[in-house]
Amino acid sequence: MCGKTTEPDSDSFVNNSLNNSPYFRQPASVQSVMLRVLAALIPGIAAYVWFFGAGILVQIALASVAALAAEALMLSLRGKPLAMFLGDGSALVTAWLIALTFPSIAPWWLTVCGTLLAIVVAKHLYGGLGQNPFNPAMVAFALMIVAYPQLMSQWPAAGATDFATQWQAIFGSRQIDAITMATPLDALRTALHSVEAQASVASVLGANPAVGGLGGKGWEWVAVGYLLGGLWLLQQRIVTWHMPTAFLAGLALVAGLFNLIDDTQFAGPLFHIFTGGAMLGAFFIVTDPVSGTTTPRGKLIFAAGVALLTWIIRTFGAYPDGLAFAVLLMNIAAPLIDMYTQPPVFGHKNGEAS
Amino acid sequence: MTTLQRLFKFNGGVKPTYNKEASTGLPIAVAPAPTFLVIPLHQSIGGMPRPLVTAGERVLKGQRIGGADGNESSAVHASTSGTVIAVEMRLMPHTSGLSALCVVIEPDGRDEWIPRQPFDFRAASPTRTRDYLRDAGVVGLGGAVFPTHLKLNPGKRGKLDTLVLNGAECEPFITCDDMLMRERAETVLKGAVIMREMLGAGQVLVGIEDNKPEAIAAMEIAAQAANAAAGDAAIRIVAVPTRYPAGGAKQLIRILTGIEVPHGKRSTDYGVQCFNVGTAYAVYHAIALGQPLISRIVTVAGNVGRARNYEVLFGTPMRDLVALCDPLPDSDRVIMGGPMMGLRMPDDGVPVVKAANCVLVGSKKLFPPPPPEMPCIRCGECAKVCPSDLQPFEMYWFSRARIFGKTQEYHLFDCIECGCCAYVCPSHIPLVDYYRFAKSEIWAHESEKEAADVARQRYEFRLLREEREKQEKAAKLAAKTAAGREKAAAALADADKPAVTPEQDAKKALIAAALELARTQKAQVQPENISNLTPEQQAEIDAIEARRAEIREMAKPHVRQND
Repeated sequence: MCGKTTEPDSDSFVNNSLNNSPYFRQPASVQSVMLRVLAALIPGIAAYVWFFGAGILVQIALASVAALAAEALMLSLRGKPLAMFLGDGSALVTAWLIALTFPSIAPWWLTVCGTLLAIVVAKHLYGGLGQNPFNPAMVAFALMIVAYPQLMSQWPAAGATDFATQWQAIFGSRQIDAITMATPLDALRTALHSVEAQASVASVLGANPAVGGLGGKGWEWVAVGYLLGGLWLLQQRIVTWHMPTAFLAGLALVAGLFNLIDDTQFAGPLFHIFTGGAMLGAFFIVTDPVSGTTTPRGKLIFAAGVALLTWIIRTFGAYPDGLAFAVLLMNIAAPLIDMYTQPPVFGHKNGEAS
Repeated sequence: MTTLQRLFKFNGGVKPTYNKEASTGLPIAVAPAPTFLVIPLHQSIGGMPRPLVTAGERVLKGQRIGGADGNESSAVHASTSGTVIAVEMRLMPHTSGLSALCVVIEPDGRDEWIPRQPFDFRAASPTRTRDYLRDAGVVGLGGAVFPTHLKLNPGKRGKLDTLVLNGAECEPFITCDDMLMRERAETVLKGAVIMREMLGAGQVLVGIEDNKPEAIAAMEIAAQAANAAAGDAAIRIVAVPTRYPAGGAKQLIRILTGIEVPHGKRSTDYGVQCFNVGTAYAVYHAIALGQPLISRIVTVAGNVGRARNYEVLFGTPMRDLVALCDPLPDSDRVIMGGPMMGLRMPDDGVPVVKAANCVLVGSKKLFPPPPPEMPCIRCGECAKVCPSDLQPFEMYWFSRARIFGKTQEYHLFDCIECGCCAYVCPSHIPLVDYYRFAKSEIWAHESEKEAADVARQRYEFRLLREEREKQEKAAKLAAKTAAGREKAAAALADADKPAVTPEQDAKKALIAAALELARTQKAQVQPENISNLTPEQQAEIDAIEARRAEIREMAKPHVRQND
């Protein structure tokens, strides 16, 4: 008995082109999420600058400019509105993570190439914001460490270089070998892997001037900065507890277990948590919602998987840090994990058929 | 009393700004009868009532003008006395802008009632009482308008543990239940007592969100009186935490009893039934006073100068109601219901119906247009707030990609369309629109399939019937042939060969005849199909389809909120 027989009155104030319910929304935006992630990185960056000099700020600036330029180019090629997507802040998050995971004295083109690969290939060629199956920053890191293992492994020691030296290193007018040293992870791996040396964890780390109280000298404080920022993200409800907890606990657990079995060959849990990209990864990389899992149980499995793979690659692999490869490997598994960890729906919790 | 109750939690939910104070300042007023009442015949879930009056007829207040179409339907009544001007198609209070059959009445101003008599439900059988309520047009007044008589059935067990009365009223702006409980608590509970008796319920739990202290206080006083009169303590008023959508029937049942009623299951199977407080009030009026449902309390709020609750006759144009409240000049929409789930009206002239708990006037300032839609970043906020524990972003992906089977795997039909997901989405995705789209596509597909199934069944039945007729004919023919053969066999009695007995011969002939007949008839039957339906048959099918579509349309936008 339905039909369009009666037209609405023409003198009515009712506008029929408006949206449907709900008619109001909580003030929230992708931009505010991304900007808060950037803000949460600031304590870690501050510690970074304090211990390793302002070179990192140059890298962040380089990566940011490259990311925004690549984003603008790709958006215009894809015919997407520039202002809306450039302003969402997602490219900046990728850029900052690239700058923070690359060595701060890496030549400028390394950072720029990495950023371009992340934005153009890992993000936009897969469909742009929200569509990328792999974490763009980790794609950049993995590609660059495979292509330029030497350059990607040269880190400055804490307090060893001034800004001018770093500037020269970044822009290519200075040989960087003279100012770098092996990171604790790198030193440990190299020493323990060499057959002739009778090295143990204690002897390697004890002899290495780059080793601090917990992890790498200075790095442990940067990690504390990331931890503070990460806790703030938790408080802001931008990340949930699942991933950071599962990642850090997973890493500590596997490291602790092997450390108990043989403490001459395997470093302890605190060392693993406070060196390399572990703390940054726990709160800022593993937690990337787009390329990670989303169900509560899935998040635990995903992050614990990343932790386990990170530890395996660090301990037995050919690369000094394993976070990037671990994240990418788990990215592949994320949809499958989500599929098998769907939480029970209201009313179906006792295993009743749906 | 409130402290004794153990409360349970449902996951998710949001805390929007409630905006309820504006309409609770003044007591409930009676809205004047309009110049014309436009009363839609179809105001509840279920079959479309048949019109019982024609143009020119005089009707009395409370006179039935639409008779329930079968048991899963509910009657409609004249809201005041007057003359039927027309029975015609009018615009319905639904976003679709569709029209449906309405009875237009010009009130005579005398407001003359039909003779009213209380109904002795204790003397009557439960079935008769339910029929009476069906004919009194009592339906759920929380917004879902499910016929009440269908729910006043204790089910297999014969009695229930708990009758839940829903006074949570969780949608922002709406205060009709709040004001009803403040001003008419006693009547609400009298209705609840009747319902409790019909259901054989052990206890009555009245759930009210704790942002309504006045309503809770009024209901507590009424509950003490009712309990004292009954000599027990069956009725308990329970303050529940304020969190949208605590007023969803399933959510409230969960909060009060810990029971989760799955989608597609009856709550009576779990010993619980839930009614809105307004429905209890209507039940009392129907049973104890003999008054059918002809009006309800409606909150008028939003972009108006004086928000207030009115007792409104069904059929009153929303425009007349809004005019009582000084709408502000920048108003641009009228919403039936609240800001989270309400339906945007196609025009402000559509009538107030049984589902209209609130007439919400909107403006760009009050309800700004959503910012441009961004891609989903899978942040999971929507999953955190979903009261049905769904994964809204997954359903969004699959709805968008039109992979409807997957949306069902992710329990699309458990979605109550409460809007929490869209409310929190940082990408401003109109998620609920995607679910409505997916649901309607699935329904459309299923009704097509159903129609095809019906046609196929009809065709198969026809084949079966023809086959049977064929066999009957063949049997007759064979009998004749056999008789002839017998004669011939008798004539050739001495020359017969042992290899072929007359019986075998008869059987062969029978088979051959049957096969031949089947072949010719098959040739005749084959081209016939559903395309050869008579116009009457086709019209009937069309009418059934239209009715189905309409029911679906009505059923669609409602959570069983407060029903």
